[in-house]
Amino acid sequence: MISRIFDFLARRIDGPLMAALALTLALGLVVVYSASGGGSFERVGSQARNLALALCALWVFAQVHPQTLMRVALPAYLAGLALLVGVALFGDVRNGARRWLNLGFTTVQPSEIMKIAVPLAIAWYFHRHEEGPRLRDFALAGVMVAVPVALIARQPDLGTALLVFASGFYVIFLGGLSWKVLLSLAAAAGAAVPFVWPMLHDYQRQRILTLLDPMEDPLGSGYHIIQSTIAIGSGGILGKGWLNGTQAQLDFVPERSTDFILAVFGEEFGLVGIAVLCALYLLIIVRGLMIAANASTAFARLTAGAITLTFFTYAFVNMGMVSGILPVVGVPLPMVSYGGTALLSVLAGFGILMSIATHKQLVSS
Amino acid sequence: MIVGQALRDPQRELTVFRNRLMVAGVAILAAFALLLARFVWLQVVQREYYHTLAEANRISVVPVVPNRGLILDRNGTVLAANYSAYTLEITPSRVQNVDRAIDELAKVIEVSARDRRRFRKLQEESKNFESLPIRTRLTEEEVARFAVNRFRFPGFEIKARLFRSYPQGEIASHAIGYIGRINDADLKRIDAEGLGTNYKGTDHIGKLGIEGAYENELHGVTGSEQVEIDAGGRAIRSLARTEPQSGNNLVVTLDLPLQKIAEEAFGDYNGALVAIDPHNGDVLALVSRPDFDPNLFVDGIDPQNWDALNNSPDKPLNDRALRGQYPPGSTIKPFMALAALELRKRSPQFTISDPGYFTLAGVQHRYRDWKKGGHGMVDMHRAIAVSCDTYFYGLANDLGIDAIHDFLGRFGFGSPTGIDIEGELPGLVPSPEWKVQRFRQKWYAGDTVSVGIGQGYLLTTPMQLAAAVATLANGGVPVRPHLLKAVQDAKTQELHPYVPAERTDTPIVKPGNLAIVLSAMVDVTRPGGTAAQLGAGAPYSIAAKTGTAQVVGMKQGERYDEKRMKREHWDHALLIAFAPADDPKLALAILVENGQHGGSTAGPIARAVFDYFLLGKKPAKPPAPAPEGTPDQEHD
Repeated sequence: MISRIFDFLARRIDGPLMAALALTLALGLVVVYSASGGGSFERVGSQARNLALALCALWVFAQVHPQTLMRVALPAYLAGLALLVGVALFGDVRNGARRWLNLGFTTVQPSEIMKIAVPLAIAWYFHRHEEGPRLRDFALAGVMVAVPVALIARQPDLGTALLVFASGFYVIFLGGLSWKVLLSLAAAAGAAVPFVWPMLHDYQRQRILTLLDPMEDPLGSGYHIIQSTIAIGSGGILGKGWLNGTQAQLDFVPERSTDFILAVFGEEFGLVGIAVLCALYLLIIVRGLMIAANASTAFARLTAGAITLTFFTYAFVNMGMVSGILPVVGVPLPMVSYGGTALLSVLAGFGILMSIATHKQLVSS
Repeated sequence: MIVGQALRDPQRELTVFRNRLMVAGVAILAAFALLLARFVWLQVVQREYYHTLAEANRISVVPVVPNRGLILDRNGTVLAANYSAYTLEITPSRVQNVDRAIDELAKVIEVSARDRRRFRKLQEESKNFESLPIRTRLTEEEVARFAVNRFRFPGFEIKARLFRSYPQGEIASHAIGYIGRINDADLKRIDAEGLGTNYKGTDHIGKLGIEGAYENELHGVTGSEQVEIDAGGRAIRSLARTEPQSGNNLVVTLDLPLQKIAEEAFGDYNGALVAIDPHNGDVLALVSRPDFDPNLFVDGIDPQNWDALNNSPDKPLNDRALRGQYPPGSTIKPFMALAALELRKRSPQFTISDPGYFTLAGVQHRYRDWKKGGHGMVDMHRAIAVSCDTYFYGLANDLGIDAIHDFLGRFGFGSPTGIDIEGELPGLVPSPEWKVQRFRQKWYAGDTVSVGIGQGYLLTTPMQLAAAVATLANGGVPVRPHLLKAVQDAKTQELHPYVPAERTDTPIVKPGNLAIVLSAMVDVTRPGGTAAQLGAGAPYSIAAKTGTAQVVGMKQGERYDEKRMKREHWDHALLIAFAPADDPKLALAILVENGQHGGSTAGPIARAVFDYFLLGKKPAKPPAPAPEGTPDQEHD
């Protein structure tokens, strides 16, 4: 009986990937407990509920056949786009940003949907031109990325825009856009910086300047990054011990259970803890890339590769920002930071990855 | 969907895909290597630096202010004490609109107009980030009421503080002094003395009197507490604590009951009194009338009270005993007589016939005696007893100003006595050099004649007169007055008696000469003497000398008529005395402003003090000396 339940739950679940995910998620709960001050299970409990929901999503997506996904890719993308336009027109404003849309029965953050819908749609589009996408196809794919990214960046939500852009870009990159074009695009982007700079919001410009010299305004814009580097640096090699981080527990680290949770982790678990976390992330990424490499259709390959690389981007941007080598953008540490939405989209992505890993024999037959 | 795509080349496409994955993989490894390098940099290389910063973040070192030492009189009665009370303080830099915030506060707890005025004055004198009291001595109920509304008042804080109080009020206020808030001048001095650390957290400092002079004994050693704080600055827990060391208690030489009797004896008169134990220089009473309530200064004085004290014509803040410089009048005569004996310019038997005036050879000007028609035949003894001016005009003229200057200097005139509180003035013993420097004029023989009866340029303080008469009482051995009797160590409770800086046992005059002068001073208080009233009916003998100091100069031939003069132009009355004459226990100098006659106004004050000190007798009623109806011949 029990083994049958287990078999049911383990259906189409990739073992190695699931193991690495489980370890990371467990570690995340441990850190969230500490980052919420310890002594109370309120946050951990709420995060556990988020996690349960996200794991359900993972399981459901793992059962969905890639063919089915391919069929819903375009409708999902168009629906997401429509919702984004809806947000721009009728969205709720919270914390100075227009990100949420009230659908009457629930509020959604359509930008999160796009993290998956964009790579799926572009993969679907490239799959249709399996003789190999031509430059014209790449250009159209570029538009498919640019429109939602622009809408999300306008909300403003630079972190999510960046991730959506990354997810779309990875499909284009893996789809084989020639190096020549890639490099000239990169050069063009570099040249565009002086024109984009004045279009940024003041606070966005400030974040970039802060990265260059956080001490310029230690109590204002530099405060986050100064306090988080102090937390991490003072943790040393072995850390101060769980629940013993002074920077974290005495509130010096702002947003310590969400975007800056790595500062809490680094302070309490030290370099050793960070190395373990990096190793887990690397395991997940390597496993994801293996699944992509072995996928049987172009759609599956591109989707799996893009999801994996987007996950990497998540981790890298957050770790880089908290340790002070990247500007502060609102990107949580995947599977560790407190919060349900990001967890849901990340684990849903891994569900798709597992579906691709376990459905390939069927396709090739 | 897959069907029908004939021209595709899956193998080539797969190769491109896998190549791209490889590139991505390498980039990912590089990215993680970069991150790891960053973490090694932060957590290994720079770890100490960040550790220091983290500790500085969480640990706040808070000074723990020591209890200020108490001041006790010689009998152990408390003259200055501490009490703990709640204050409500405002840090102006943290409040947007201070006035409006105080208006709001007034709806919660009472804020009087006086509180506001005082706060405004403090605000003008302090820096913006200092915490300044708006209300002091809050009741428990007020504390509770504010606590409930606390969130409405950012920048306001309730603090428990120790306050200084002076339970005796105005009594001996000039000697005790007071503490006040540390101002810029104090701060500079503290820093110059290297005491800056010890004054962290202290906001009051001794300003005057004992409080000022023995600040270092009274203050104690500031302790410190390491407190863990959170990002909001709230204290979470104490990590370590170095206890402060309380200031030492001071026992002063003052005798409070004696001080009270002396102060009351002045009645409505202004003036000063210094009472010294001639054997050791203990100052048993130090009076300067009028005095003030030092408690007004503790929380910062409000402008109204400050103006009242500062602008009063009576100048209550002026310590007349140390800073009042008056002509000594006839009280200088015993010292002049001693000078003449020591320098062999007069023998005790030398006698003059007093016509009521003195003239210098070849000059018409008559230096008049206070008694019209003169005293007849006068030798030294009688000259002191009846205070004959004519005798001393001639004596001074024979001594010459240089000899007078040197001899009076030996008794401490012309320089501070060195009493152990600050602000003492030196008085003035004139010399020809001084006159040239001061007025660009040469010294005339007539100047010396005036000095002979304690007028002219000669100025002394009551403290100097007291020290000088105590020296007479002490057999001619100089007496150095001091207010500190002992320091009680705060830790061991041991008493460390005051040790005088320098002490000599050598008399500065010959005992035989001293005896001649003292016997005449005893006759001053006997029938026929100028202070016969003082000695009348006393079961002990008193040696004394009266004096009068002119407030306005008299023209040649003009008569002093008190009834036609404003009271503030009446002469000052002076008296120096000690008793018992044969075994001196207490030496006094008294100045009564506009008191006119030393015997009649200063005499009763001296008698009240002696009677209490020697007999334990308290005056039945304040012996308010009546300025009117004094016997006429008892002038000086």
